[in-house]
Amino acid sequence: MKYNILIGGSAGQGMDTISSLLEKILQRKGYYVFSNKDYMSRVRGGHNFIQIRFGNEPIYSYDDKLDIIIGLDQNSVEFHSKNLKKDGVFLCDDKIKWEDERRITIPMLKIAKEIGQARVFGTVGMGAIIKLLSLDDSKIEEVFNEKWDEKIANDNIEAFNKGYEYVDSKYKPKKGEAKDTLLINGNQAIALGALAGGLSFYGAYPMTPSTSIMTYLSTKQNDAGIVVEQAEDEIAAINMAIGASFTGVRAMTGTSGGGFSLMTEALGLAGITETPLVTVNVQRPGPATGLPTRTEQSDLSFILTASHGEIPRMVLSVKNPEDAFYQTARALNIADKYQMLVIILNDQFLADANQTVNKFDFDKVTIERHISGENDINKDDYKRYEITENGLSKRIIPGKIEGVTVLADSDEHDEYGHITEESEVRISQMDKRMKRMELLKDELIEPDYFGVDDPETLLIGWGSLYGGLREAVETLKDDGEKIGALIFGDIYPLPTKLLEKYSKNAKNIVNVEQNFNGQLAKFIRQETGIHCNKSILKYDGRQLYGKEIVSKLQEEVL
Amino acid sequence: MATDIKLFNSNDENAWCPGCGNFGILNSLKKAFSEANLKPHQILLCSGIGQAAKTPHYINVNGFNGLHGRALPPALGANIANKDLKIVVTSGDGDTYGEGGNHFIHNIRRNIDITHLVHDNQIYGLTKGQGSPTTAKGQVTSMQLDGVRVDPFNPIATAMTMGATFVARSFSGDVNHLSEMIQKAMEHKGYALIDILQPCVTFNKVNTFKWYKDRVYKLDENYDPTDKDQAFKKANEWGDDGIPLGIIYQDKEAISFNDRIPQIRDNKPLVDREWSPKDASKFMEDFR
Repeated sequence: MKYNILIGGSAGQGMDTISSLLEKILQRKGYYVFSNKDYMSRVRGGHNFIQIRFGNEPIYSYDDKLDIIIGLDQNSVEFHSKNLKKDGVFLCDDKIKWEDERRITIPMLKIAKEIGQARVFGTVGMGAIIKLLSLDDSKIEEVFNEKWDEKIANDNIEAFNKGYEYVDSKYKPKKGEAKDTLLINGNQAIALGALAGGLSFYGAYPMTPSTSIMTYLSTKQNDAGIVVEQAEDEIAAINMAIGASFTGVRAMTGTSGGGFSLMTEALGLAGITETPLVTVNVQRPGPATGLPTRTEQSDLSFILTASHGEIPRMVLSVKNPEDAFYQTARALNIADKYQMLVIILNDQFLADANQTVNKFDFDKVTIERHISGENDINKDDYKRYEITENGLSKRIIPGKIEGVTVLADSDEHDEYGHITEESEVRISQMDKRMKRMELLKDELIEPDYFGVDDPETLLIGWGSLYGGLREAVETLKDDGEKIGALIFGDIYPLPTKLLEKYSKNAKNIVNVEQNFNGQLAKFIRQETGIHCNKSILKYDGRQLYGKEIVSKLQEEVL
Repeated sequence: MATDIKLFNSNDENAWCPGCGNFGILNSLKKAFSEANLKPHQILLCSGIGQAAKTPHYINVNGFNGLHGRALPPALGANIANKDLKIVVTSGDGDTYGEGGNHFIHNIRRNIDITHLVHDNQIYGLTKGQGSPTTAKGQVTSMQLDGVRVDPFNPIATAMTMGATFVARSFSGDVNHLSEMIQKAMEHKGYALIDILQPCVTFNKVNTFKWYKDRVYKLDENYDPTDKDQAFKKANEWGDDGIPLGIIYQDKEAISFNDRIPQIRDNKPLVDREWSPKDASKFMEDFR
């Protein structure tokens, strides 16, 4: 049992508030919830919508077939009615012109005005939804009181009740059963993972869709004793983070593609100075400003080599909020352990998608700093960039050991950090820096695999397509297809064991990606020679979802 | 009490031209550190790119020699991470006023607690003689063959306009004056700019040692650096009218960046923050 609700309107109509409260109510009633946002790059007007799916089993992807639409404007009627199921319900204000037997009109604005607060008109619709779904009105007050002060909460409760009384029950979902869940989106999970992982400093410049990482962390500044600084630009943001990390704290920065482009020079700085750094790129469609509020996975090729010259780096993509939480904490450890750059790829879809997930297990998170103390080093002759067998030199914190100083340099340098142009020193330092890529291979995480043991059709994807691919495989497997999907989290260095295992006998290897060039497929071919003979690629700024993958596979592959 | 100045000696080979004004600045730095009773490990020198930016190699303190124009952001990050470190930025006129202009403006707004030395030789040295933001209009250079066609940047007036809380000028030919300015800048709580006039013996044939020597004068004891109107007049004094040296403006009451952040102001340095993953578990409540 899954229900799918869409709330549509123009920016500024309060849809974010309505949907977040509705999601919270559904979660508190014990349902699994999955919501995604579709919004335009404007502050007011335009057409935005939020889709909320809920049910009694975990939900991994969105769906375009709708049970209930709540339309706050005329556009919502015109754009989404085609996706409304035959027995679906369309709730809208009586002012909206549209003829359809599925329509239920509620004088939302009129009711709101009677209450004396026009802004609560969406809450009337929320009340109607809860009643249509035969859900009782418990939890409402609790959720509203958490969100607002008394007066506003009361106005909304009244609006909710009016909407609730206005319609009859139509659906009878089973009682919710999900226990002890969190309702969280990808960016919030990254922020929470960073907090768990001991982050002390986050510097960033606001850029959609990465901003919510910074916003969430900033609300925790005082409580966690950390510092979040809004930088003058992305160049400052990453350089601040590098300075903070050099001085001994865990530091991170985050941005989206355009901001990441500005950061590329400093990626090399982190590389050559061997300063631990975690950078998040929440992808949106490019090039240049592209589609600023929409989704794409088109920065992978760029990220794999971003920065002039050659530096060691790790690139990982996050698949869902749970993964985002644990991987961010892991990224901080890897950055410290190997004194290197770790880039986390997220995208707008996952950044903004709220999902119910199991409570995070903070016992599974560790903080491993790998910082040397007084007794680990030769105090009379400390070499920050000492040549060692595994390529890792002892890192100390400046100012912490009396009589010992640390020198870091963006120029090629000798073991002490002093500038050099000696060819032998250059070679030894370059070799030393790159050696950690070998070490890193031992702790790569293989991609997730879903499907039959010996797939004839192997799907390959990464990051936020986890949900859509998983749902597609489950559907097709139930239909008897010999299918499976490998979904990569760690991408660079590329884990290859499962890839080699499952691709061996597959007749079709299909890369499913949100970009034009099939960037992961190209990279896999470059690294392993394994060739994807078919592709499903989407780059209209909207996320591929489970059913869409299924139908494309049926049309083009199966 | 002063620490032994020899503690600050570095044995790295120096790449500056013989007679370069940078040497005077380097000596003033060591003198200031020693007289301020600082030890090498307590100081962090941040720099960008350029001849001035090589200073961290020639002095034994902690050093972070980063990217062109980007000396200030890592210095800010370091200042946030460890408020106990004494942070000095050494940079050139191109590094700070050109490539790093945005960071110059915004860190003045922040009033970050650092001492910012700009080795201002009014020319680009490392890239071989192009005009810098402070090169005089009309001056012929290796790049501006018909003379520089844009007006020079006035660092003192700009810093004051942005609300800088300590603005000084000194001259690399006067080690005593410069080291005194550096010490006062380090004592200042907040952002302290010292624009240091410094001849480039190789590329700037106009602003020579003698050119500066003939024009600079020290602000006298009666000069009140807290008087902003007067300070603006001094900020605009330049060239044949005389070039004032000393603390041109100072606001001793201003609150530094770190003191505007309660979690830094009221706690141990951030680098000593105690934290375990479980301490973050309470934040899950936001999502329940």
